[in-house]
Order: sequence, then C-alpha cells, then structure tokens
Amino acid sequence: MKETPLSNCERRFLLRAIEEKKRLDGRQTYDYRNIKITFGTDYGCCIVELGKTRVLGQVSCELVSPKLNRATEGILFFNLELSQMAAPAFEPGRQSDLLVKLNRLLERCLRNSKCIDTESLCVVAGEKVWQIRVDLHLLNHDGNIIDAASIAAIVALCHFRRPDVSVQGDEVTLYTPEERDPVPLSIHHMPICVSFAFFQQGTYLLVDPNEREERVMDGLLVIAMNKHREICTIQSSGGIMLLKDQVLRCSKIAGVKVLEITELIQKALENDQKVRKEGGKFGFAESIASQRITAFKMEKAPIDTSDVEEKAEEIIAEAEPPSEVFLNLLRVSKPVLWTPGTAQIGEGIENSWGDLEDSEKEEDDEGGSDEAIILDSIKMDTREVSNIGSQDAPIVLSDSEEEEMIILEPDKNPKKIRTQTISAKQEKAPSKKPVKKRKKKRAAN
Amino acid sequence: MEGVMQTDAKMRTESGAESSPRGPGCSLRHFACEQNLLSRPDGSASFLQGDTSVLAGVYGPAEVKVSKEIFNKATLEVILRPKIGLPGVAEKSRERLIRNTCEAVVLGALHPRTSITVVLQVVSDAGSLLACCLNAACMALVDAGVPMRALFCGVTCALDSEGTLVLDPTAKQEKEARAILTFALDSVERKLLMSTTKGLYSDAELQQCLAAAQAASQHVFRFYRESLQRRYSKS
Repeated sequence: MKETPLSNCERRFLLRAIEEKKRLDGRQTYDYRNIKITFGTDYGCCIVELGKTRVLGQVSCELVSPKLNRATEGILFFNLELSQMAAPAFEPGRQSDLLVKLNRLLERCLRNSKCIDTESLCVVAGEKVWQIRVDLHLLNHDGNIIDAASIAAIVALCHFRRPDVSVQGDEVTLYTPEERDPVPLSIHHMPICVSFAFFQQGTYLLVDPNEREERVMDGLLVIAMNKHREICTIQSSGGIMLLKDQVLRCSKIAGVKVLEITELIQKALENDQKVRKEGGKFGFAESIASQRITAFKMEKAPIDTSDVEEKAEEIIAEAEPPSEVFLNLLRVSKPVLWTPGTAQIGEGIENSWGDLEDSEKEEDDEGGSDEAIILDSIKMDTREVSNIGSQDAPIVLSDSEEEEMIILEPDKNPKKIRTQTISAKQEKAPSKKPVKKRKKKRAAN
Repeated sequence: MEGVMQTDAKMRTESGAESSPRGPGCSLRHFACEQNLLSRPDGSASFLQGDTSVLAGVYGPAEVKVSKEIFNKATLEVILRPKIGLPGVAEKSRERLIRNTCEAVVLGALHPRTSITVVLQVVSDAGSLLACCLNAACMALVDAGVPMRALFCGVTCALDSEGTLVLDPTAKQEKEARAILTFALDSVERKLLMSTTKGLYSDAELQQCLAAAQAASQHVFRFYRESLQRRYSKS
C-alpha cells in the first residue's frame, strides 16, 4: 500500500504553524513527547513509547566463535525492523534507504561509542565469545523512529541478563537461570539519540519531530550523547547548511534532554527490578492501563471438562461406520515385483470398477430413455409453435436468415448458384417473396 | 456483572470437581486485551494469555497491488513476525493457518479488489502462541470493522504422557506434552474452522480435546463480548 501523499494546503498549514512557533500537538519548540517504558516478563524485553511511536526491543545472546582479527571481543549485532504494522508503506523484507540509514545510525550510536564492554563478553579467547543480538521492531510510526529505537535498544541492553558461564581448564559450563542467577552486561555509559528538525533552510528548529513535521522538514540533525555530555555521534541529513552556533545550540539542548531521559530509564529499571525482587507481578499484562475503556482483563477461568469423555464417546458412537467402498480403498495392496530392481503398488491389482460400471450403465439407460421422451415432447411443442407462427404472421415475417441469403447470394457466389441444381433455385424463388412484401409495406408507410 | 460471572464460574468448578477426578489443569490462564492502541493501523489489538502476548494490526479494506488483486473478493494477507531474527518456515506455516481461518470468516466478497492485511507481532511466547495469535487477529479485525460472518477464537490443548488434558498450556507444559492440538472455532455454530496438531494421540482423545476446546471457546467468546461491551459502553 502506498503512503498517503501530503496535500499542499496541509504542508502550508504546518509550515505556517511552525513559523508562528506553534505545534499541532500543543508542544513547545524544545519539548519531547511523553516517554513510556514497559518491560516484558523475559529479561531484555521492553516496549518504548515516544508519543504514539512505539518500538519493541528484545536482546538475545548466543555463544559463537569470535572474529579472526578480534579474538577477545564479543560481538554486538543490531537489527531494526520496520514492520508493516507501523505504517502501510513499509514493505516486508525490503531494505529501504530509510531502514539502512537508521540501522547504520544505531550501530554508530551504540557499537562504535563502546558503551558496552565487549571484552567482558569473551569466554575463551579465540574460541567462544557471546554474540549479543538486539532486535528492534517498530510497531507504530509517528515520527522520530531513531530516538525511540535508541532508547529501546539501550533500555533492553540494560535490562538484559545473560546466563552465567564458568571455565575450568578446557571445560565451559553454561548455567541455567535456576542454577545460577544470570549476569547483567557491563555498560559504560548510555548514549541516546536526540533529533532536531530544521525548517525554512534552518531558520526554525524543532526537537522530536512527529510524522507530519518530518514530512515537511528541510533537514535533520541527530546528536547521540550520554549523560556526561559526551557526543557519541552526529549526523546531519537532508542537505542543509548549518552554522556553528546552531550545532552548538543543538548540542546544549541535547545535553539537557539526554539527562532527563537517562533519569527516566534508570527509574524504570529500578522499579522493574524492585518488583521482580519482591516477587510481585510484572510483565506487559500488568502494564495495561485497566481503567482504559479499550482494555479488558479476565482472571483465570476454570473450565468444566468433566463431560468431555462422555461427549467424545457419544460422537464416536454416533459416527457412521465407514462404507464398504471406503473399506475397499483401505485394503492394503501388496507390492508387485515385475522385473528385478522394481517394486510397484497400484497397477495390476484386481479391478473393482466392474460392479460400479454396471450400475452406472443401468442409470444411463434410464436417463437416456427419459431424455428421449422429453425431447419428443419438446419437438412436438416446437412444431406447434412454428405452425402457429406461420399462420399468424405471413406478412410481417422478416426472418434474418432469409435476409442474409438474399444479400450474400447475388454478390459473392453467383457462379455457384448457377451450377447448383434446380432445387436450389426453387429454394431461392420463395425467399424473394418476403422482400417484395416488405417493399410494399414500406411504400404503404 | 463480574461478581455474577465469578460466582457462576465457582459453582462450575465445584460441580466439575465433584463429578470428575481431573486436576486443576483444565482452566484458562488470565486473559487481557487492549484494542485500538496503535494510531496508524485501521484496527489493532494486543492480546495476552498469561505471559503469552501478541500484538496485531489490521489495514483494510485498502488499495491492493495489481498482481495480488482478486476480482471478486478481498485479498487477505497475514504477516507473522517473530520476536528474534527473521521469519522462517514455522512462521510461514502459522501465517497460512491463520490466513485460512480468517478467510473462512471474513466476508471478503463485500470488498472486491481490495486488500486486508493482518500483521501479527509476537511480543512474548509462553505457550499457546498460535491460539493467542488467532485471538489477537480476531480482536484486531473487529476493531478495524471488517465485516465477518462470525467471530473466531483459538484454543490449544495439550495431552501429557498420562493422557491428562491441559487447556491453554504454558511453555513448560507444552514441552512435556505428548501431543499438542490447536483448534480454531467460530462463534455462531461453535464449529471447527482450523485444526493443527503435533504428536501422537488416539481417535477418542481428539474428540475429547475438541469437546474441551468447545467448552473453553464459550469463555473466550464471553471475554470478547464483555470487552466489546465495555468498549462501547457510554460510561
């Protein structure tokens, strides 16, 4: 499905609103939409909502052999998917330019900033290291995917626990969560992306653009920063020229925003950990707002299955026994060995069609005679009709067949008619009559 | 309303426990559903069965690609996305089962030459995933207002090594089970729309599971009804 195009008047309206320092959702220029973080029951699973934009993050791990040139480092892998659920224009299984750009930006933000200690992921140097895989699914697209995705990725990584491993000599032991508590990843800092949209060649600036604003913007500046105000990556796209002051101003704003978001993430993580420790309920089921009218919950429902056995017996007893024809089909046929090296089933077996054919023949005969009778009666009918027709309309008659004959015969094959026998001429003679009659009629009219 | 329902359920268990030696296995986990939670799709629903959670989004009836166009009915597409990695053969097979179930119920002839797309995202898998996918798809289709002949629900049954029947099994129960049977049932005649099974079971056990699934489906449909009643209530 194609994206709905943005109309010119919509575009003008949005731009004029931005010029007047107004945003459609009532935010100020530097405001973020509200951010909500919820955790799933498994470790390393979270959903981040940035306004209406939603990203699902899941971290998983696997023991693999390391890269040849980095024998002592674990592997980090990021994969952002733009699901068709997020917007109808996203096609499944296609690497669009937007997707490639976002994935690369995420890698630069999280892998190249060395926020995760990859050396601690090494189990046996050169042989076994952990591969940490971060899957991010965009569930709803309402602008600013990169900010939501970077928050989801870092939250999922912070929340994740990998199974504990011990090495004794050459033996590597992997412990299940029941045996030993899984261990968290060691994270040095939390880089977070902040997006700035520019309008009218950089005259106007907005933080956290939504989908509509992204469509009318001229350029985008993404700054990834951690709470120590260290810039991890900067990307300017859209092809606008920015002044030094503008970039500096953006980095200052980013510093403030990152501080706020980091605080929120830490609070959310602490809260989840507290609930888990206390043995309370956690997971997505608890995070559904039950006061919402669109949400509904039902407690455990016991189901009476006492009569199931009786019912099943009844059904089996009531079921008709398989018919004889069906049983014949079920009869096991023996493999036939025609020549050495072959075995065959299904040909050369006694033909059971004989009985069927006989019965069919009888039916055919009956049917045939019936039809004959019916045909006779129809013929009778038609005769009667034709008789009536000839009696009633001798003057009005204008049979199309006759007309054709008249038109064709004199022009195309006059020779044939001459060579033909007299009977043809006799046939032709009456066919002229209706034409004459019609001429008379026309004259009368 | 809820109070009445609970007491009713309690009476049922008591009577059930008296007449049958069956243990506590025959119960559905707690259900939760939220509709219309995504802004972009025409209909969306998040369905939770215990810790299993599936998010569904529906687009349609909408424009269709010429290559996929069917001249006398709507093209129904189901996309199932796993949580980790790329979709594989297992997902394709489930997509097909869900699509066939939806096609049996959706009145596609009312919207010829359009597309109805159901996108399902696994959020967490803790057993009975296919049943949860079916329920999420149904709630999302209802939210999108797609005309349907009947509602449908999915119920999973598991038979363990002793032949004990477990409804709505968890991931652990599924692992220990000898056979897992998943049924899709419609709401009007309670008839079977789809069935898929794994493992060994006898003729009689299949009928037992089906009867149990029919009993369970009544609860699921009641859950549907109550959640929709709540949604369209004025207060």
